Amino acid sequence: MKKFFNVRVLRGFISIVIFVVLWQFVVLVKIPYLENLPYPKEVAVDGINAVGSKTYWFDWGISLSRIFIGFIAAQLIGIPLGLAMGISRVFKGFTFPVFEMLRPIPPIAWIPLAILFWPTRELSIYFLVFIGAFFIIVINVLQGVSNISVSLKWAASSLGARPKDIFWKIMVPGSLPSIVTGMTVGMGVTWNVLIAAEMIAGQGGLGRMTWEAYTNHNIPFIVVGMVSIGVAGYLCSTLIRWLSEKAMPWKKRF
Amino acid sequence: MASSNGGGVLSSGNFGEVRVETVTKVYEKEDKCQTVLQDCSLYVNRGKLTVLMGPSGCGKTVLVNLIAGYEKPTSGHIYIDDVPVTGPGPDRLVVFQETALFPWMTVYSNVIFGCRVQGLNKGELKERAELILRKVGLYEFRDKYPSQLSGGMQRRAELARAMINDPKIMILDEPFRGLDAMTRQLMQEFYVALFEEVGRTNFFITHEIDEAIFLADRLVIMTFQPGKVKTEIEVDLPRPRDFRMLALPRFMEIREQAIELLYEEAAKAFAAGSKTAYDLVGALVARKGICKRTK
Repeated sequence: MKKFFNVRVLRGFISIVIFVVLWQFVVLVKIPYLENLPYPKEVAVDGINAVGSKTYWFDWGISLSRIFIGFIAAQLIGIPLGLAMGISRVFKGFTFPVFEMLRPIPPIAWIPLAILFWPTRELSIYFLVFIGAFFIIVINVLQGVSNISVSLKWAASSLGARPKDIFWKIMVPGSLPSIVTGMTVGMGVTWNVLIAAEMIAGQGGLGRMTWEAYTNHNIPFIVVGMVSIGVAGYLCSTLIRWLSEKAMPWKKRF
Repeated sequence: MASSNGGGVLSSGNFGEVRVETVTKVYEKEDKCQTVLQDCSLYVNRGKLTVLMGPSGCGKTVLVNLIAGYEKPTSGHIYIDDVPVTGPGPDRLVVFQETALFPWMTVYSNVIFGCRVQGLNKGELKERAELILRKVGLYEFRDKYPSQLSGGMQRRAELARAMINDPKIMILDEPFRGLDAMTRQLMQEFYVALFEEVGRTNFFITHEIDEAIFLADRLVIMTFQPGKVKTEIEVDLPRPRDFRMLALPRFMEIREQAIELLYEEAAKAFAAGSKTAYDLVGALVARKGICKRTK
């Protein structure tokens, strides 16, 4: 028991309490520009109701499935592409210029084109999530491959490794840390993209839910939506972190 | 004289010799040409510990890379037992300056890596791997990752990884660089004892004069750029080597000789490209009778 209630946990707890108290105060006293914020209590009540309702969890499921489909597609295509570009100079020469031209375009800027060109709304959302994670993972994998010290490849060759051994036993594990970084950063970006896409064009999902709270002038529920999105994003990031720890047992901390 | 029984279980005793024939290596960067090695010829005797010394930048590491097959000479040839070098291979294994252990594999996996990629299965390897690990004192650490080992232990792991493959030639490029003085000395003793037990051809690069003489059967001194062999000194100290030999008159003799030769080349390295520095060092070299080290 003593371990749990140590100073750090106590401090964290107190800071959250202070935050809520300030929030209540700001609304109560009608501070200009912030007076329309909902009371903490309203948000809490709406939140509890939401957690009890089926549609709320339905929206969770919709957003999560969009994230996973787009994100996993980005990894499945982006990681091999990044490895190929890192290993073959010729291949990189052909693909990198186009890649670099498209990369600076923010994923959100793809929304209109995605809506126009994909046959269904869902597909365009998957595509947008994909774009969010894709460029990040490729650039990180490229970085990872170039970070592998040449002496490791030399040592492997001397020990008798053939090109396929070098690929699977040196290049892939060697770029894992960068792959993980790419996935971590990518996951954050995909949530950004998803929420924007849902607000603008989606049906269902946490972003849509939050936006509809706005159009229905249900202000406390906007905050519920925001908190939900935050929690969902946090859970996904934690999953990535857990996976990375499992995948890289040789890295004790990162 | 190194033991000639080949170390029994550790090695089959099939050791190689290296012949470097008038090798030149030029690097071209944009429009600048840098000649690192020029007509360098060198012979690494079978079953002997040959030590290469020279100032920084004289091309020692480049020579290692050429012998190991990582790079190709611009001209000239390198032969291992009369077979020309075409690329890297398990007959010449290198221990690099910076650790080249695979960080994502345990010590055990690292050590058996060479054997595994050459097709041996895990069961066959177990006994041999355990023997080698015990030999280098890392058996208890076989399931640790390289990042969990100290510098000296990493070097020992790399020695094990090389030795298990029983290469014809072992090449070590300043392997003890960066270790603290005590660990370094222990590693030198450990390494020379290993050499004396097995008798494999070893090619060792170092900066440290005492280390070089302590280990070597023959000392080869290289010139500064462009690099070639300046002199060779036979180190006829008795084996097995012992640190008390550092006090022997013969050791001192060899040391004096080596220092003279190295000082000249080091001065050139120091002054490289700068006329002022060269003139300054020139004056020092001219007066070197006065500033010679006394020990």
